[in-house]
Amino acid sequence: MADRPFIARGFRGRRPHAPDALRLPPGQYETRDFPVLSAGPTPRIELSAWDFTIRDADGRSVRWSWDDLQALPRERPTVDIHCVTKWSKLRTLWEGVSVDTLLAAAASQGLASGAFVEAFCDGGYTTNLPLDDVTGGKAWVAFGFEGGALPAEHGGPARLLVPHLYFWKSAKWVRGLRLLHNDEPGFWERNGYHNRGDPWREQRYHGDP
Amino acid sequence: MSSDITATPDASTARLGWRVATVVHVHRETPTAHTLVLDVPRWPGHRAGQHVDVRLVSEDGYQAQRSYSISSAPEDGMVALTVERLDDGEVSPYLCDVLRSGDGLEIRGPIGGYFAWDVAMGGRLLLVAGGSGIAPLMAMLRHRARSAPERRAQVPVRLLYSARTLKDVIYRDELQRIADSPDVEVIFTLTRRLPPGWSGFSRRIDRRMLEAVSWPASAAPRAFVCGPTALVESVANHLVELGHSPSRVKTERFGPSG
Repeated sequence: MADRPFIARGFRGRRPHAPDALRLPPGQYETRDFPVLSAGPTPRIELSAWDFTIRDADGRSVRWSWDDLQALPRERPTVDIHCVTKWSKLRTLWEGVSVDTLLAAAASQGLASGAFVEAFCDGGYTTNLPLDDVTGGKAWVAFGFEGGALPAEHGGPARLLVPHLYFWKSAKWVRGLRLLHNDEPGFWERNGYHNRGDPWREQRYHGDP
Repeated sequence: MSSDITATPDASTARLGWRVATVVHVHRETPTAHTLVLDVPRWPGHRAGQHVDVRLVSEDGYQAQRSYSISSAPEDGMVALTVERLDDGEVSPYLCDVLRSGDGLEIRGPIGGYFAWDVAMGGRLLLVAGGSGIAPLMAMLRHRARSAPERRAQVPVRLLYSARTLKDVIYRDELQRIADSPDVEVIFTLTRRLPPGWSGFSRRIDRRMLEAVSWPASAAPRAFVCGPTALVESVANHLVELGHSPSRVKTERFGPSG
């Protein structure tokens, strides 16, 4: 294995211009498109049948209908997003409800917190996150993108948005969070990808530092 | 909540380190696609459908990375990558135009435990490709072709492959050879220009075409769909509408990968 990078003969590359270069984590390149990556077909669900549930380890839960969620205070974060397949998209505009808001409501209903959360989704996808990565203004349940409704292929009606981690953690078609005492690897995390996925530390795959 | 997708735990726990592969040869498949054949030291082996990361580092330390599907079978001993050259790309023109046999190339992998197939999984196999999305599906076809005849007989396969013109069909000769073997059907559809006397499909893949080509949902084929986002999105949706279980439809969407 090569500890030091091997120099590719004659490769110069096309470097991003400052200051955007500083916004790109190692190994990432900027795209203006919005590529779609998912493991299976795009699930479709009627908003009238949609809900979002937070469940604690003792089985207590709190549930929001689509209208309930829409009635909560909204935020409009502009963030950079980084996909493990190497593309990054800078300055994307989202609209959604902070996970802090949802967890505060859950706590007020008597749900026990946990050190970890598992996001669960239509289609069966799951991803795991430390609680610290979805609290403190770092994560949202997003339903708006660039001024419109979030398209289904990008995770609509609603997806998790956790932009400081690789984008597979921003689970598409999210339907809820489970609060857990112990960490349980999610779908990609069981399929060779890193358990946390910090793009700035290039935590792409299992075994990366 | 439903639990449609189940993951196979990745057996490897070792770090996927970078390795310097040696380019054995580079050959042109079509006017835009090139195949790189790599000799990778201590290659741990791969499953058909998996991919690798390629890293290019310049003299001053600048680096670019991209992912490419492996098109060779696990049995082949070498790792083949098929790269679509994008004129305004950063990495693909280097791989197609500059790289030559004897050069080193940094890769790590294999990566991906979900869009992967081996003949032991059995049952009917439906492959749907758009453009260079054929690459990981080719690894599956080659892997099947290299397995024992009695194994192969358990795995009938149909490939539906959409390309712009016949010249853009990657691995055309090999696909035609594979199509001569029992229990293999290869169906092309050409979306832009047709050769004289073409009697095959000549439109984008639609629901009617899938209905004609695929087994019915009741036969529960495993489907692997790979290509540009719009094609994958529409094919996967049609298959679900035709009654196929979403858990049997695995997708790999090729974003722009310059």
